[in-house]
Amino acid sequence: MDLKLKIWRQANANSKGELKDYNISDVSEDSSFLEMMDQLNEELIEKGDEPVAFDHDCREGICGMCSMHINGEPHGPENETTTCQLHMRKFKDGDTIYVEPWRARAFPVMKDLVVNRDAMDRVIQAGGFVSVNTSGNTLDANAIPVPKANADEAFNAATCIGCGACVAACPNASAMLFVSAKVSQLALLPQGQVEAKDRVLNMVNQMDLEGFGNCSNVGACAEECPKGISLENIARMNREYLSASISSEK
Amino acid sequence: MKLDSKIPEGPLEKKWQNHKANIRLVNPANKRNIDVIVVGTGLAGASAAASLAEMGYNVKAFCFQDSPRRAHSIAAQGGINAAKNYQNDGDSVYRLFYDTIKGGDYRSREANVYRLAEVSANIIDQAVAQGVPFAREYGGNLDNRSFGGVQVSRTFYAKGQTGQQLLLGAYSALSRQIAKGKVKLYNRHEMMEVVVVDGKARGIIARNLVTGEIQRHGAHAVVLASGGYGNVFFLSTNAMGSNGSAAWKAHRKGALFANPCFTQIHPTCIPVSGEHQSKLTLMSESLRNDGRIWVPKDRKDAEAIRAGKLKPTDLPEEKRDYYLERRYPSFGNLVPRDVASRAAKERCDEGFGVNKTGEAVYLDFAAAIERYGKTEANIQGIDNPSPEKIRELGTKVVEAKYGNLFAMYEKIVDDNPYETPMMIYPAVHYTMGGLWVDYNLMTSVPGLFALGEANFSDHGANRLGASALMQGLADGYFVIPYTIGDYLADEIRTGEIDTNHEAFAAAENEVKGNIDKLMNNAGKKHSVDYYHKKLGRIMWDKCGMARNAQGLTEAIKEIQELRAEYWDNVKIPGKADEMNPELDKAMRVADFMELGELMCKDALEREESCGGHFREEYQTEEGEALRRDEDFAFVSAWKYSGDPSTTELVKEDLVFENVELKTRSYK
Repeated sequence: MDLKLKIWRQANANSKGELKDYNISDVSEDSSFLEMMDQLNEELIEKGDEPVAFDHDCREGICGMCSMHINGEPHGPENETTTCQLHMRKFKDGDTIYVEPWRARAFPVMKDLVVNRDAMDRVIQAGGFVSVNTSGNTLDANAIPVPKANADEAFNAATCIGCGACVAACPNASAMLFVSAKVSQLALLPQGQVEAKDRVLNMVNQMDLEGFGNCSNVGACAEECPKGISLENIARMNREYLSASISSEK
Repeated sequence: MKLDSKIPEGPLEKKWQNHKANIRLVNPANKRNIDVIVVGTGLAGASAAASLAEMGYNVKAFCFQDSPRRAHSIAAQGGINAAKNYQNDGDSVYRLFYDTIKGGDYRSREANVYRLAEVSANIIDQAVAQGVPFAREYGGNLDNRSFGGVQVSRTFYAKGQTGQQLLLGAYSALSRQIAKGKVKLYNRHEMMEVVVVDGKARGIIARNLVTGEIQRHGAHAVVLASGGYGNVFFLSTNAMGSNGSAAWKAHRKGALFANPCFTQIHPTCIPVSGEHQSKLTLMSESLRNDGRIWVPKDRKDAEAIRAGKLKPTDLPEEKRDYYLERRYPSFGNLVPRDVASRAAKERCDEGFGVNKTGEAVYLDFAAAIERYGKTEANIQGIDNPSPEKIRELGTKVVEAKYGNLFAMYEKIVDDNPYETPMMIYPAVHYTMGGLWVDYNLMTSVPGLFALGEANFSDHGANRLGASALMQGLADGYFVIPYTIGDYLADEIRTGEIDTNHEAFAAAENEVKGNIDKLMNNAGKKHSVDYYHKKLGRIMWDKCGMARNAQGLTEAIKEIQELRAEYWDNVKIPGKADEMNPELDKAMRVADFMELGELMCKDALEREESCGGHFREEYQTEEGEALRRDEDFAFVSAWKYSGDPSTTELVKEDLVFENVELKTRSYK
């Protein structure tokens, strides 16, 4: 198939960017979107032009490194699909496709389609863990039974790949879905309960410091999430946050 | 050169305990003055960095990705083995040890493997304490499943995303230490060189992948947890950025490289469909619990299927060849990975392949759907269910078990695997070979350690399913925290490492020189991928699932020529002092061009077939692997001497005191 591409090009964090036009032909329908980008880059290199920089790694939909706003949607038109798992058969011959980086204050563009997502790591560093050291003497793994429903729900929240699509989809660039997924996972398990209050307060505080916006219940985050993380997590985090704010001794 | 594996004295089951009891320690006040560099943040790297920081060392952690959470351990699907015996099915530390030694075709060290089995149970305890949401039963206890090559259920899992959950657990432990300032994280940084001062590893040269800046980092010990080198083949199930450069640079600085030819080709991957493809996708081994593998009995039917004139579902039972069940009746579809892969290749080479390229076999769930459907109808009390009802009920059961894998297959191939059999073919997945390490996980360079897939120690010639996660975390959480102290006990008087030392300057100049050579060569003809694909083709054709002396000899020559051409003609756009993914890739491929040659050389030297290494000259009359224990029960450790072609072989004899060497039979 033949396609017209309009791709955001930006030399570095300090320069201005713009959409540039590219034509690409003989794209296989079996290519993934990133393989189509590979093909474009190959052509650019052969011509002596600079290839388009984009983040990617596992290409199996699990590492969360690939990003790209495709035709106005994070990870493109398919539901519950990362850009690397989006295939060109979902497009039509002759289509024009807009490709842009994630847009959010907390995710500055570094080059072309590459953005800086360190802010998400810092939110996890603020409390997204159980404070347990490595030890050969922890409790036996079966010492505390966990109801299957809670374990499954915690797992569902924990499948978040930290890609940032929720932030990119949100008109406020809020990270509530991302943060709430981690808060939910740990709120649903008995491990780490003693620090649950500090966890939610610290993570939300860090989220605000990073410049992520507020949640206004739009729901675009869950709609665009490639892993189907649900809005219930946000509700659970709000409950956790409220009760921690009232009862925390800090 | 004589290799000392430093295996402790005493009976097998006491070695690790005794070693831990007698090993030297570093007191807390001194740990605060000792710096450790950890390269890589996968299961091995993240768990090591977190654990060492908790103990009090100052850690610098490096990853080339934008976040430590992206390391490729995240993509591991099936599970993690541990000898917990929660299922009361006769599992034990000894049995896990034995299965791993046998599965590795008797080419690994007894003491290392026993220790791995011994600490495996602690890993599960640790992960649960961190909040890793493993699958559970209704009673609230942890659930288990079974994997290839074993007779117990010892695999812990979190749906098809066990690697993700375990890595996020290690990442959270790492994040906690970053917040405390005990770990300094260098994301989007790549290790370019190991710095050796007076025979000891004293730091690394790193490159900031955003600015191109070349940096010097000093430390009292350097830990490499940089993964495997499967991407030598260009197409593999590895991530795009996975590379062998850290290990290779260490090799060039004196660390011996062990068993480089031991590559695991995983039998169930989505087949290559065309030239556009950038990587291959694994379909979990767990699918072989229920899927039946077959090709048509008649070559004409295979031709008709390839031409699109015949559908697999239209081919009656009697015209199908379930070749694994035919050849290996006692293990059937659950033979180990190396055996299943070779059998698929054999059928396709004979002309029975079923996709356009002729390199694919079927993995069929129709029988499983029917079986589960009937059981489910019984459970629901439905008398005389219609075939449609059975299908409907069975499909639901299969979906609950493997839904995410089926969905992934459908996305990539655009075919519904509930209705038509999956097509699969073997692909490069894991490398058992890696840096030679002693029992303390130290390489032959003092102060330089290697963990996880980057070392060679535990899997012999073939790794069993669900054992990679176990090894990565065992090394990082439970081995290196003890063994590194034994080395660092001598470093408490060293003081801060001086990065102005001439060894740092020399290493930095070498890196800058290589970048300059690649960026400013005379040819500028083709992209990095163009040459990488050529290398991959040579490796796959001549050092892949089956190898022979002639092919390997040719491959060595072809790689040497390709390497020269690469340095003269590779074309890298942009500049070196800015974000330049093509340059990052070019540096990695330059190392693959040397590593590939060593892999072929090792494969040529090892005149036997074992595990993933199948030499066509050494097979039984039935086409099974023929091991030659009298001559080859050793680890091939290679010593660099300026060029891969002159690399020198050093042997570490494998001594088996506790298991008897037998021919693996799955018939």
